[in-house]
Amino acid sequence: MTTVPAARPTTEAEIPWGRVRPQRQLADKTMKVVCIVSTAIGVFVLGWILGMLAWQGLTSLSPRVFTQVMPGPGSEGGGLANAIVGSLILTFLGIAVATPVGVLAGTYLAEYGKTSKLAEVVRFINDILLSAPSILIGLFVYTLMVQPMGGYSGWAGGVALAIIATPVIVRTTEDMLRLVPNTLREAGAALGAPPAHVIINISWRAARAGIVTGILLAMARIAGETAPLLFTALNNTFWFRPDLFGGVSNLPVTIYQFALSPYPNWQELAWAGALLITVTILGLSVVARFLIKKEVSR
Amino acid sequence: MIEEGRLATLTEEAAIARPRDAIRPSSLATIDRVFRFASYACTLLVLLVLLGIIGSMVYGGWPAFREFGFLGFLSSSTWDVNNDQYGAWPAVAGTLASAGLALLIGVPISLGIAVYLTQLSPGWLKGPVSTAIELLAAVPSIIYGMWGLFVFAPLFARFVQVPVSNVVEGLPIVGTLLYARVPSGVGILTAGIILALMIIPFIASVTRDMLDQIPTVLRESAYGIGCTTWEVVRHVLVPQAGVSIIGAIMLGLGRALGETMAVTFVVGNANRLSGSIFDPGSTIASRIANEFNEAIGMQLNALIALGCILFLVTFAVLIVARILVSRVKVH
Repeated sequence: MTTVPAARPTTEAEIPWGRVRPQRQLADKTMKVVCIVSTAIGVFVLGWILGMLAWQGLTSLSPRVFTQVMPGPGSEGGGLANAIVGSLILTFLGIAVATPVGVLAGTYLAEYGKTSKLAEVVRFINDILLSAPSILIGLFVYTLMVQPMGGYSGWAGGVALAIIATPVIVRTTEDMLRLVPNTLREAGAALGAPPAHVIINISWRAARAGIVTGILLAMARIAGETAPLLFTALNNTFWFRPDLFGGVSNLPVTIYQFALSPYPNWQELAWAGALLITVTILGLSVVARFLIKKEVSR
Repeated sequence: MIEEGRLATLTEEAAIARPRDAIRPSSLATIDRVFRFASYACTLLVLLVLLGIIGSMVYGGWPAFREFGFLGFLSSSTWDVNNDQYGAWPAVAGTLASAGLALLIGVPISLGIAVYLTQLSPGWLKGPVSTAIELLAAVPSIIYGMWGLFVFAPLFARFVQVPVSNVVEGLPIVGTLLYARVPSGVGILTAGIILALMIIPFIASVTRDMLDQIPTVLRESAYGIGCTTWEVVRHVLVPQAGVSIIGAIMLGLGRALGETMAVTFVVGNANRLSGSIFDPGSTIASRIANEFNEAIGMQLNALIALGCILFLVTFAVLIVARILVSRVKVH
């Protein structure tokens, strides 16, 4: 694979274009231009979005964003301290629920189920849940937890985020466990270790970096989710209750509400929050990509 | 890799005492069984979540379906909160139109990116460009919404909506389809463009992986008989990866149908259906996001019924997509 792109430029220069019919030449050139323009559009849009965020976000970022709570309507100043803490708690809750479920389910698919009917079905459904609309998960948790418990709560928000995070972890865990060579497992079994021991002490250890990557990716996925929180954790302009009942303030919903508000200081805070959240998520994704590259090359 | 010391002493001691238990002491067996059961239960939980989503949608939407009838609800265009009359059609049409426009704009660009990355890009550029495209997928949808509303929509209104509206005014068909009564920049087409940008990374990266899986020999032999790059793409790569490319496109469609926050920002959130793609409209997801928290009684049921319709459409699309993508992997 690596030699092909290196070799092509020289051969291309030697192709006698005179012997190629003009239509073929034209079709080829058109395709190349279209492809280059498409790629340029993709990269340009990413640059534009990040540039806009950096410009608007950095101008409105100040220490008070981290120290003060959200301002009331029409009042000056204010920060995002409660939203940032709320978001951290919700994301942590989601990951804390999703990690054991996701890792164990991924382990079942890779180590126990393998090609069984149940494993096939769950694999398929997991892939579908991976791209299910997040607003439907919000509706589901609303009927499951918010209605019976009689009000919005951070717990419902955490569960909604966990449902979104789980498929990501299941998928990565399974893929990474499959990369572990079978001879390692056989060596463990030959020493007399029961399957659970083999999995915990051999498979999990060998795939540890990959599983951690999956958890990081899941964190990146849920940190910016807004739609499922609208009907579960809602939002709160004050410090939320320590038992997490009632609305729990969080960054994504705050950004949504503040960005569409008429107050300039709210809009500024929305940009600051947007910058914070994007930098966090892109940072997590880059770290995850780096880890996964190291793992696969090993 | 195992804690060898502990296991060795354990086996030695046990071997002297009771030979049978040496291989499987009872505490180990219990751990083994508990572990196996736990992982089995977690796997079933994934199944249960999907069933739970179906169940809650049907349960919550049932009163609305019973009141208006499934087809009546789907085809009615009234959304009258004061008189408790609800119909899904404007939202359903808005969803289909914005997702369709997103595919129309996004698919050619995504395929172009995939071909560029696999066939044209010089080696040193391949890594950074794929990273950039994949980071585009990691940007949260609310950021796309803010970019769309505050940066893209004003430019779109000024440089596209106003000139185009001036040109097509009074003409048949295009005069309706492309005429903006209020050129504010938001509308179904803007939503389609933002959705296109959001699905590009998904379609592009799945297609790229599929193109990478095609054996290099096939490509090289086509170049060997004198094909141009376009001919190799058209006659070798596309026939080889065709089905999975359609699968990738449907995966993108599934995303576009259910996208909420970005669309809510730029679609305009109008309850009526307009003939023009420049006019504000609404999608199922944006309507749920806008109205759900203030809804009570039948309106709540109607919104969940909308969610039920979205669920049916999205999951049908996703199922077909997964079947198409996975079928190729087997071969």
